[in-house]
Amino acid sequence: MTLEKLIFYVLAAVIIAAASMVVTRRNPVHSALFLILAFVACSGVWMLAEAEFLAIVLVLVYVGAVMVLFLFVLMMLDIDIAVLRAGFIKMLPLGVIMAIAMAAELILIVGPGNFGLEQYAAPVRHAADYSNTEEIGSVLYTVYMYPFEIAAVILLVAIIAAIGLTMRKRPDTKYLDPANQVLVKRDDRVRMVSMDAEKG
Amino acid sequence: MEFLISLWEALPSELQYLIWTVIKIVVIVGPMMLAVAYFTYAERKIIGYMQVRIGPNRVGPKGWLQPIADALKLMFKEIVIPANANKLLFLIAPAITLGPALAAWAVFPFDEELVLADINAGLLYILALTSIGVYGVIIAGWASNSKYAFLGAMRSAAQIVSYEIAMGFALVGVLVAAGSLNLGEIIKAQQGGFFSWFWLPLLPLFGVYVISGVAETNRAPFDVAEGESEIVAGFHVEYSGMTFAVFFLAEYANIILISALTAVMFMGGWLSPFQGWPVLGALFDWVPGFVWLVIKTGFFMFLFLWLRATFPRYRYDQIMRLGWKVFIPITIVWIAVVGLAVVYQVPWWFD
Repeated sequence: MTLEKLIFYVLAAVIIAAASMVVTRRNPVHSALFLILAFVACSGVWMLAEAEFLAIVLVLVYVGAVMVLFLFVLMMLDIDIAVLRAGFIKMLPLGVIMAIAMAAELILIVGPGNFGLEQYAAPVRHAADYSNTEEIGSVLYTVYMYPFEIAAVILLVAIIAAIGLTMRKRPDTKYLDPANQVLVKRDDRVRMVSMDAEKG
Repeated sequence: MEFLISLWEALPSELQYLIWTVIKIVVIVGPMMLAVAYFTYAERKIIGYMQVRIGPNRVGPKGWLQPIADALKLMFKEIVIPANANKLLFLIAPAITLGPALAAWAVFPFDEELVLADINAGLLYILALTSIGVYGVIIAGWASNSKYAFLGAMRSAAQIVSYEIAMGFALVGVLVAAGSLNLGEIIKAQQGGFFSWFWLPLLPLFGVYVISGVAETNRAPFDVAEGESEIVAGFHVEYSGMTFAVFFLAEYANIILISALTAVMFMGGWLSPFQGWPVLGALFDWVPGFVWLVIKTGFFMFLFLWLRATFPRYRYDQIMRLGWKVFIPITIVWIAVVGLAVVYQVPWWFD
């Protein structure tokens, strides 16, 4: 039990340190890399809470795919730090108010008053052969079928909208249809000419 | 000896467990490194013969000591760090590539009982780890502060993200057919000889998985991330000495991993190909399962080299087209087919 607690506190410290680096680093690429570190440490905490499916999927989806695309875009941007910092003093009071409001909300909602052991009993330990994946699957496809499907459809609509907004005809590309490419015969490309030999 | 045993028993049980686990890890990683070293030798020899050359034959008898000589040479070379490069990220990138390639072996079943961590979400664990490996390439390309390296990293990131989806979907088909995420269970679901293995009912997924595996490891004909004729050496153009060697190690460790996973997922892992057949089945019963696994893995490793010696490099837009417009639709259709086959218990494989 003590070892588990030690692991938890180490992971929690890593998450908090990485999260504060995300908002304080000037270089956005560094911020994104710290965000990845926070995700990985977070998945460790979930693993401790016996939610191994969610922990692995967090790494698979967010670290393995979403953040790769994020970094992809961030690395290509040419960000001028000076422009970003221009309105810092002017916006500071507003920022401070927002930060305090959000912190207060968080403390009110997830504070110890709502989530203590009196409110929720400590979860039961499961045996090693207990499959978290199967449990989530059976609940997701029975009890929460409609919310799950609706969320999927909303995401699909978002994908279609994003593609619809960025898709445009580009007449200047030299793209060739591969189906036509493989149909090309020798006669389409090569022309045999017979020339008289030149006299040296 | 008795003193040693009493000393061992005096240790707390947690420490004993830790030491045992470390020993097991060393037993897996040690031979793995040796396999990687001699795989590079095999590559140079096999491609040499395919191109009617001899390949390395100077260091040691028939050139057997060539990989050792190469490793020693790389170890003693200077590590050059480019000007204005991010030093920490530059040096950490090779380790990020190699780490997941080795950590994935933790859940790999070498034989019926021979597995370091027999977890029931093994397949997911491997997918998650292999998806982390791409960061090594991206960070290396960005931290090098070089345009060629950066172009290589961008190409690699786009390619790996595209093919990971097809690869993941191919594995969804496997787990639907096997009904489990545990690699050992997946192998046990393929009992019954060569034609009961998943390569036959999941043939389209098998093809997609192998080709995506070649793309995921950035090997020819999908090696646009290196593209030596276009962008010199891509993401590792600035790396020298041991840092370059670690990238090299990671690439070959990944090839071995993908080959071994293909053997487990579609070729029955440690099962005998003649299992349950008349005459042949009994004849080959004495062969240990590990030997079958090595033979199957070796075949796919050979396939990687064969492909490299055979095909010219893919054009970038064709890579993207193949990944998104060909492979993903194939996998989605075949997952539906496998799902129906499992529900209606189609004979031979799913009854």
